[in-house]
Amino acid sequence: MSTRFQPLFFRRVFVFGLLAVAAVLLAWRAVYLQIMNKDFLRSQGEARYSRVVPVVAHRGMILDRNGDALAASTPVDSVWANPKEFRATQAQFRKLSSLLEIPVDAINRTVYDRPNSEFAYLKRQISPEIGQSVMDLKIPGVAVLREYRRYYPAGEVASHVLGFTDIDDKGQEGLELSFDETLRGINGKRKIIRDNAGRVVETVENVLDPLPGRDVALSIDRRLQYLAYRELKAAVQKHHAQAGSVVVLDVKTGEVLAMVNAPSFNPNNRDELHGPRCRNRSVTDLFEPGSTIKPFSIAAALQTGHFKPTTLIDTTPGTFRVGNALVRDTHNYGLIDVATVLQKSSNVGVSKLALETPPEKIWQQYVRAGLGAKTGTEFPGEVAGVLNHYSQWHEVERVTASYGYGLSVTALQLARAYAALADDGHLRNVTFARVENRNELPPPADQLMNPTMSVQIRRMMESVTEEGGTGTHARVPGYRIAGKTGTVKKIEDGAYTENQYRSLFAGFAPAGNPRLAMVVMIDDPQGKQYYGGEVAAPVFGAVMAGALRLLNVAPDDVPPAKARLAMVGGAR
Amino acid sequence: MNIGEFTRFGSDAGRQDKVSLAVRLHMDVPLLVGLCTLATVSLIILYSSSGQSLDTIFRQLLRIGLAFGIMFVLAQIAPHHLKRWSVWLYLFGLVLLVAVEIIGDIGKGAQRWLELGPIRFQPSEIMKLAVPMMLAWYFSEQPLPPRFWRLIFAALLIAIPVGLIAKQPDLGTAVLVAIGGFLVLFFAGLSWKFMISLIPLGVGGSWVAWHFLHDYQRQRVLTFLNPETDPLGTGYHIIQSTIAIGSGGVYGKGWLNGTQSSLDFLPERSTDFIFAAYAEEFGFIGALILLAVYLFIVARCLYIASQGQDTFARLLAASLAVTFMVYVIINTGMVTGLLPVVGVPLPLVSYGGTSIVTLMAGFGILMSIQTHRKLLPT
Repeated sequence: MSTRFQPLFFRRVFVFGLLAVAAVLLAWRAVYLQIMNKDFLRSQGEARYSRVVPVVAHRGMILDRNGDALAASTPVDSVWANPKEFRATQAQFRKLSSLLEIPVDAINRTVYDRPNSEFAYLKRQISPEIGQSVMDLKIPGVAVLREYRRYYPAGEVASHVLGFTDIDDKGQEGLELSFDETLRGINGKRKIIRDNAGRVVETVENVLDPLPGRDVALSIDRRLQYLAYRELKAAVQKHHAQAGSVVVLDVKTGEVLAMVNAPSFNPNNRDELHGPRCRNRSVTDLFEPGSTIKPFSIAAALQTGHFKPTTLIDTTPGTFRVGNALVRDTHNYGLIDVATVLQKSSNVGVSKLALETPPEKIWQQYVRAGLGAKTGTEFPGEVAGVLNHYSQWHEVERVTASYGYGLSVTALQLARAYAALADDGHLRNVTFARVENRNELPPPADQLMNPTMSVQIRRMMESVTEEGGTGTHARVPGYRIAGKTGTVKKIEDGAYTENQYRSLFAGFAPAGNPRLAMVVMIDDPQGKQYYGGEVAAPVFGAVMAGALRLLNVAPDDVPPAKARLAMVGGAR
Repeated sequence: MNIGEFTRFGSDAGRQDKVSLAVRLHMDVPLLVGLCTLATVSLIILYSSSGQSLDTIFRQLLRIGLAFGIMFVLAQIAPHHLKRWSVWLYLFGLVLLVAVEIIGDIGKGAQRWLELGPIRFQPSEIMKLAVPMMLAWYFSEQPLPPRFWRLIFAALLIAIPVGLIAKQPDLGTAVLVAIGGFLVLFFAGLSWKFMISLIPLGVGGSWVAWHFLHDYQRQRVLTFLNPETDPLGTGYHIIQSTIAIGSGGVYGKGWLNGTQSSLDFLPERSTDFIFAAYAEEFGFIGALILLAVYLFIVARCLYIASQGQDTFARLLAASLAVTFMVYVIINTGMVTGLLPVVGVPLPLVSYGGTSIVTLMAGFGILMSIQTHRKLLPT
C-alpha cells in the first residue's frame, strides 16, 4: 500500500462523513418540521385549503289567498371567469361562446382587457343545465356561482304590492320587504376544500344546514288583482290620465284583496326597478278626498240629533258665501232633504249642515274613520295622511273639511274608512296577510259610529247609484251598490288648478250585506270627462261586478219576479 | 500510468471465475438496485403530484428508459477509452458554450439551449461530466499531490466553463460544475493549508460576486434569509413547501392524499419541489427512507471509487459520486428551507429536464469503472 494512497482514502471517508452530517442535518430538519411543528403546519395548510362558506337559504314563496304563486325563487347559475387563470383552447372558446350565447369577441374582451382582475362575470343568471354544461368544459379560470333569482309570474299586475328583492334576494320594497324576515330563512354554513385557484374541490361537511324561508300567503286574490289592473289600465289609457289606483278590501276582515296602480312596472326586469313607476301610489300618495268624505261629515251632523235624513235643507241658489269663500254646487238643487244632499253631492247643503255641527264632532268622526293615521299594514313607505286638529279650524275650514278639502288621505285609508262604514262601523286594521280564521278576528281598532247610524248612511249612499244620483255608472246588475263620487281639483305648486282633477269613487257592495269595499282614484284625466261619476265610477262598476261574480257573492237586487221567488224561498 | 498502485487488487482475482449475467452486462447490481428504487419512487410520487396523469407517467418512463439506456451503453466502454475522450469532450463542450453565448448575444436574452434538429439540450449539462473527466485526466498524467502551478492550471480549466455558464445566466449549474471540478482537485490531494487559506478569499469573492448577481438572484438569497418578508413572491415557495412537508407528520397522509400538492398550493410540485409532495404523503419515515437510499447509492459509488484501477478512475468516480449527493443535499435543503431556492431538481425523482440523462451517464461511467477492472491484466 503506497503512502500516496493514504490521503485519498482519508479524504473519501472525510467527504462521506461530511455528506452523512448533511444528511443528519436534513433528517433533523425533517424532525423539526414533521414532528415538532406538525400541528402548526397542518393548521397552516388547512387555513389555505379549507373554507367555511355560506349556503344561501331558499327564499320562501309569496302566494295569493288561493295558493297561487306570486313570487318564487328559482335556482340560477352565474358564470364568471378569473382572467388571471383563464386558459381556453379554440374549441373550448367556441363551445363556451355558443353555450352562453355571447360572441367570442365579447369573451375575449371580458377576459383579456383586465389581466389584473380576478373576477369578471361572463354571464349572470342562466339556467342550471347550461351552468353544468359550462362546468363540463373544464376551462381553467371559469367557474359557476349558484344564485337564486326571484320570479314574479304576475308581472306588472302585482308589482307594487309585492315589491322586489335585490340581486342577493333580500327584500327591498313592498311586501318582499315587510315579510322579509319570514321569507328569508337562515343561511347555512358549509365547510369546503378549495384549491389554490379558489375552485371548490369538495364539500367536507355541512356545518349548518340552511333553514329555508317560509312561504307567505297573502290576502290578495290574484284574479281580482288581474281584473282591477286590467280595468284601471284601460281607464287610465282611455282618459289619458296621469295615474290611477284601485284598492279592494274585505270589509269583514280588513284583508286587502286587490291593490293596483297605474302606471306599473315589470319586476322581472331589473332595469325597471327604479323611478316613480315603482311607487305604490295606493299607500304613498296623498290626495284630498273631496266629496267621498261626505258620508262621514253627514253622519257627524245626523249624530248631533238636530237632523234626520228627511230634514229639508235650502241649497238655493246653488252658491253659499262663508267668509271670503264661495261654496258652489254644479246645479241649483233648491230645497232638498239630507239624503238628497248626499245623493246629489251638494256642497252648499253639506256646508250648511257643518256650520250647525260642532267642529269637534266632525273631527272625531274623521279620526274614528282612521283619517290621519296609518292603516296598520306596516307597508314600507305608507303615509298617515293629514288631518289638522279642529282647534285650528276656522269657519272656512269647518265648511271645506265637510266636503273633503283641507285634509288628505291615501286610497287605502279611504277604502278602510268605507269598509268600516260597510261593516256596522267596525274600523279594522288592514292586513296583507291571509286571515286564516274569520271567526277569530282581532277586535276592531275603533268604532266608527253606532250600527244603526251606519245602516242609515248606507241606505243614503245606495241612492247615489240609483236614478238621479251622481254614481249611476257604478251600478252592477243584480246587486245594490252603495258609494260616493268625488271630483277634486288638484293642487299644483300650492294652489288649486282650474282644469286638473282627480276623479274618485268609493263604495261597497252588496249594500244589503256588504262584503267588498273599493276605492277608485284616477289622477288627472284629460278631456271633457273628469267627474268621478264619469271616470272612476265605471271602473268601480266593472271591477265590482267581476269581483262579486268571482267570489260567488249572492245577488241582493233581483228583479221583482225572482224577488218574490226569493222571498218565498226565504220564508220557507 | 502508475501500474504499481493496482497490485493490491490481485486478491480479488478468484472472483473472475464466476462470470454472472450482471458482470457480462457490465452492471453493478447494488448500484442498479438503488437507481431502480429511485426511478420507482419517482413514478409513484409523480402519479400523485401530477394529478394522476398517466400521460406524465408515460413521458417520465420514456425519459428514464432513455437515461438507463445511455447508462448501459457507457457501462460497456472501458475506462481507458473514456479517459482518451475526456479532452475532446471538454473542448467540444467549451465550443458549444461559446456558441450558445454568441447566439444568446444575437438573441439579446438568456440562452441556455442549443437546438440540433429535433434534439434540444443544454451544453452546460455536458460540462457536468466533461469538467471532472478533464481534471481527472489531467491529474492522472502527473504525480500526486499536484504541484502549485498545476493547481493553477486546473483552476483555470474549471473557471472557464463555470464563468461561461454563470454568464448565461445559470448560477445553479455553474456552482454544480464548479463543485464537480473542485472535488477532483480535492481528491487529487489539494493541501489542507491551501484550502484553509482560500476561505478568506472565498468570503471576499462572494462579496464581489454579490455585486455581479442579477436582481432575481439576489432576491433568492435575501428571501432565503427571511422567507416571511415576501410571502407572495419567492418566499411563497418555501412557505408552501414547509407546510406541505410538516403536515405530512411521522407517517404521512398516504399516497394520493396530499392536500397541499393536489390542491395546487405547492408550486413546482412535480419538478423542483417534488420532495415536499413526497414528504407530505409519506411522512418523516418516507423521507428518512429516501435519504437512506441516496446515502446508500453514494456509499456504493465511493466504494467503487476506492476500487478504481487508476488515478483517472478513482478521481472521476469520487467526484461524480459526491456531486450526486451534493445535488440531493441542495435540493432537499432548499425544499425544507435550509438553503436558498436554486433551480436544482431532486436527482432521478423530479420530473423532466436533461439532468436525469447526465446523471445516468455518470452512473454508466461508474459502472464501467467497477466492472471493467477485472478484465484488465494485473
